[in-house]
Amino acid sequence: MKKVKKWYDYLWILTPVYLALGFFNILFAWLGLVAFFTPLLISIFGGGKAYCNKYCARGQLFQLLGTKFKLSRNKPCPKWLYSKGFRYGFLTFFMIMFIQMLYNTYLVFGGASDLKQVVTLLWTFKLPWNFAYTTEVSPWIAQFSFGFYSVMMTSTILGLITMFLFKPRTWCVYCPMGTMTQGICKLKYRNKDI
Amino acid sequence: MKKAVIDEKNCVACGCCARVCPRNAIIIHRGVTAKVEHSVCISCGMCVRSCPASLIKMEETV
Repeated sequence: MKKVKKWYDYLWILTPVYLALGFFNILFAWLGLVAFFTPLLISIFGGGKAYCNKYCARGQLFQLLGTKFKLSRNKPCPKWLYSKGFRYGFLTFFMIMFIQMLYNTYLVFGGASDLKQVVTLLWTFKLPWNFAYTTEVSPWIAQFSFGFYSVMMTSTILGLITMFLFKPRTWCVYCPMGTMTQGICKLKYRNKDI
Repeated sequence: MKKAVIDEKNCVACGCCARVCPRNAIIIHRGVTAKVEHSVCISCGMCVRSCPASLIKMEETV
């Protein structure tokens, strides 16, 4: 039985578009904030995990690559991956890295450090990215772009690796946004019958 | 008859199972966990295959 496709089933296209835009002009990285705030706002205002369930572009892309393009081994993931400890641990690690990125932006804003035109993958590998800095803006606006784009690239790479190793949407198991939105829902409905 | 049974304690509520269920027998309850409506479940196993955490099993239910 084939399901009727809804308009939001095509949102996966936004992931490659977003990553591609970052090669032309790094300032487009700011658009990624939509993928950061929308899920949080939806869960805070009672929409549960509708973002993950319906609209998440990255999840849809992994699903597509893993099933249609058969780029997933489709093996069960190790148990620790969905344990509370790992999920909240990864969320904490991710947030620390995120805050550090914001702090770097702040340093550039205050003039204490210079704009670094690099994209850092997996928090380690620094790639020169000056080719995508084509419009002159305040250095901190650019610094945030490079930082945020690094976060998006890094998490996409991690997602692609686990997509290949395990099930297509294994990223969803430890996705920091998913952990956060589920955490919000758990808090919100802690007294309700689940 | 065997039906899809979800380990609700560990469910990450990603919605993969609800997305593939041909009978729409699965809902993501309050963004906390997936829940299966057993009277609608046809035991096709689509959700079992899709669950990224492998938390759905086909089990004999009363």
